[in-house]
Amino acid sequence: MEKFDVVIIGSGPGGYIAAIRSGQLGLKTALVEKDKELGGTCLNVGCIPSKALLTSSDHFTFVKKEAAKHGIVTDGARVDLAKMQERKDKVVKTFNSGVRSLMKTNKVTVFTGFGTITAPGKVSVKSANGDTQEIEAKNIVIATGSAATELPFAKFDGKMIVSSTEALEFKETPKKLLVIGAGAIGLELGSVWNRLGSEVTALEFLPRIAIGFDLELSNLLQRLLTAQGITFHLETKVSAVKVDNGHATVTAVKNGEELKFEADKVLVSVGRRPFSDALGAEKVGVAFDEKRRIKVDKHFRTNVDGIYAIGDVIAGPMLAHKAEDEGIACVEIIAGKAGHVNYEAIAGIIYTNPELAGVGLTEEQAKEQGIDYRVGRFPFRANSRALCNDDVEGMVKFVADAKTDRILGAHILHHTASELIAEAVSVIEFGGSSEDIGRTTHSHPTLSEAVREAALNVEKRALHIMNR
Amino acid sequence: MAIEVKIPAVGESITSGVVSIWHKKSGEFVNEGEPLFTLETDKVSTEIVAEKAGVLETKVPEGQEVKIGEVVATIEDSKQQLKEKKTPEAKKAEKAPEKKKEPEETKKAPEPEKEAAEGKEPVAVSANRGRAESPIATTVLSPAVRRIVEEEKLEPEKISSTGKGGRLTKADVLHPAQRRETAGEAMSFPGTATPSATVAEPSADGRFTRKRMSPLRRKIAQQLVMAQHTAAILTTFNECDMSAVQQLRSKAQEDFTRKNGVKLGLMSFFIKACVEALKAVPVVNGRIEGDDFIQNNFYDIGVAVGTERGLVVPVAREADKKSFAELEQVIADFAARAREGKLKIEDLQGGTFTITNGGVYGSLFATPILNPPQSGIFGMHKIMPRPVSVNGNVEVRPMMYLALSYDHRAIDGKEAVTFLVKVKDCIENPKKLPLDF
Repeated sequence: MEKFDVVIIGSGPGGYIAAIRSGQLGLKTALVEKDKELGGTCLNVGCIPSKALLTSSDHFTFVKKEAAKHGIVTDGARVDLAKMQERKDKVVKTFNSGVRSLMKTNKVTVFTGFGTITAPGKVSVKSANGDTQEIEAKNIVIATGSAATELPFAKFDGKMIVSSTEALEFKETPKKLLVIGAGAIGLELGSVWNRLGSEVTALEFLPRIAIGFDLELSNLLQRLLTAQGITFHLETKVSAVKVDNGHATVTAVKNGEELKFEADKVLVSVGRRPFSDALGAEKVGVAFDEKRRIKVDKHFRTNVDGIYAIGDVIAGPMLAHKAEDEGIACVEIIAGKAGHVNYEAIAGIIYTNPELAGVGLTEEQAKEQGIDYRVGRFPFRANSRALCNDDVEGMVKFVADAKTDRILGAHILHHTASELIAEAVSVIEFGGSSEDIGRTTHSHPTLSEAVREAALNVEKRALHIMNR
Repeated sequence: MAIEVKIPAVGESITSGVVSIWHKKSGEFVNEGEPLFTLETDKVSTEIVAEKAGVLETKVPEGQEVKIGEVVATIEDSKQQLKEKKTPEAKKAEKAPEKKKEPEETKKAPEPEKEAAEGKEPVAVSANRGRAESPIATTVLSPAVRRIVEEEKLEPEKISSTGKGGRLTKADVLHPAQRRETAGEAMSFPGTATPSATVAEPSADGRFTRKRMSPLRRKIAQQLVMAQHTAAILTTFNECDMSAVQQLRSKAQEDFTRKNGVKLGLMSFFIKACVEALKAVPVVNGRIEGDDFIQNNFYDIGVAVGTERGLVVPVAREADKKSFAELEQVIADFAARAREGKLKIEDLQGGTFTITNGGVYGSLFATPILNPPQSGIFGMHKIMPRPVSVNGNVEVRPMMYLALSYDHRAIDGKEAVTFLVKVKDCIENPKKLPLDF
């Protein structure tokens, strides 16, 4: 039986990054993956393919609606969906082989098959052809991630009622797409198909979209997406989904009134659940919380010696970069080093256009926690580069402690918010203040100047707007 | 190419000093070996000379506290005197304002922050040089922290930090800044420019005067408190009869003085006696470092010397290998240079044990404080004729009380007592010492 220092189950961003770091630290490392390809949800059916389609569809929108403004004449732009999907698949494949070669570089042994913990220190890997291999591990890291949550009355059928996985694979643009759940996944995939021609209706149970993000910017995003053609129904509870002869009828209740929606595809994006089925963790005594997440301490240790867990399968936001950093910290701790994840400085992003990005406390959270705070805002409309780019939608917003000026949260709504947020994340990581950003030179003309201006507006001294 | 002028590495307990005087001004040409500035540390003030010839550009104002290794100036050696001559006017223009305010400032405010505040804009950009010239230019501070430190004249190294990797956050510096605001000028918060820093300031009714302590005095104060807080200091006493040593000295004095040019003093006897005792009880010749005990197997004995500026402790190297004559010469040299303020930092570094003699001022009995990180300090006192019992008879003998303060964390009572008994034995029976005169 082959013996390893560390066996990681799951090759998503949490698992494969943990494997790389583990290899770097000189630990004998194995990575177990049930699927043929490495990379998990993120790489194969999540972040990466969705971003590929978002970019392609965004380009299409530009050509169709914006190019003329720039003096670019495009007559009869059309979408070749097969080609678009092919490019997306190619991006995914590139990453698949990239991760595989990274495993080789870092001397990580990859086992393909379903990993089950049979006893502390023992993992059995069952491959697709039924062969079973037993491996021994001083330390086991559970990094099995999450799976889309099903609605009891609308089970996934892979054709009409689908999860994000299938919604990335449509061969034809659905005429009518109904999205249940207006969070990151629903808004992103809703955007993709809306841009490509679907009539998209999004139903959200809560009175707002993009829960977890700053309300002011979320509301702004909702208005912009509405203008792009997505119909939103908030405070709307879906009660039934009926599929009949290639048509779906969705029944929902809004303000006590029953609404019916016709659709040829229904995307259920109401959240994700930790994926730990058949892992064997329970059998060896690993404890779970009430949401079926594996319980861990600050060092990612479960209650069973030598078994660790990271990523979506434990508590916290289900984000690839959160899982990655937990993976790194976890194996560093296994190697006797000081691994650490700062949960206050992890940004969340929705890749719509404009993108919505946020890190730290929202204004609502600051208020709820009774913190004496100040807000600084700056609209991209007053930013020189945004005007040059014709990308003026959105704003930057800072939430800072009123006394110490420490940045508590940063929120950006803009086409490039996912990149712009990084500055705020760094400054928050270093315990910086709004003044720190305000006193840092930002190149001109750049979109990043809007970040600085919003920081200056905390102390009401932004330069290109009236400070209110 | 510009070479950097850095604060040289000095003794183990010295981490910072003060640039008390610039002997050369920024923009001036300096020759190799010329004194650049006086560095004042808690142990000594010393002149730092130019390692290369070139045009000096100072980076810190006078009075600025600097860390070991900090860059305080650069010397542009490509700019030879030629260039200086070429542009005398430009140079004059640049220097003029500095010169003007200079005497006024040295008179009343050697505080670094003061100069920075009065003489320069609080903005850390000097247009003509295109380089930061603020007193904290060499410390990495966040932009907001930098502003507050400059505006409030804080000493960032004295503020405790909560940021990542020990960095100061705005909140960290806001606190001291506010504390100063509320306390007003009456409170001398460290680093704030208190009015008339070194000029004694009488109270309204003349019943007391307030005076800023010199950087050296402040450092000594810090060191002593640190020693008290760090070690478990305990003192043990004994006494010894000095008759034998006194007789030996008066007998050999004339020859010794003629031969060696120095008097045969008491100190060489005590250094030798201490070396013998350290050999007998080696633990006293060591120090604690973290969880480890470092045993020194050499005998570098510090000898405390009082000066006007405060106590300094130059170190007699390898005292076990030196003759009585060599020890006396070393001590005489130290005493002379200490009085003139010419001791070098390396003279004070790395002692393993210290001897202090309060007897020269008339002290009969004292408990010395350790000289960190050493574990032992031996105290000599005044020789007093006292009646003692000798072979059952009361006789008046020249007696001295001996004290050993020691770090009880490393040294047990038995060892400390044994040490003193050994010293006493050697002094009362000097034949046991390697008398080489």
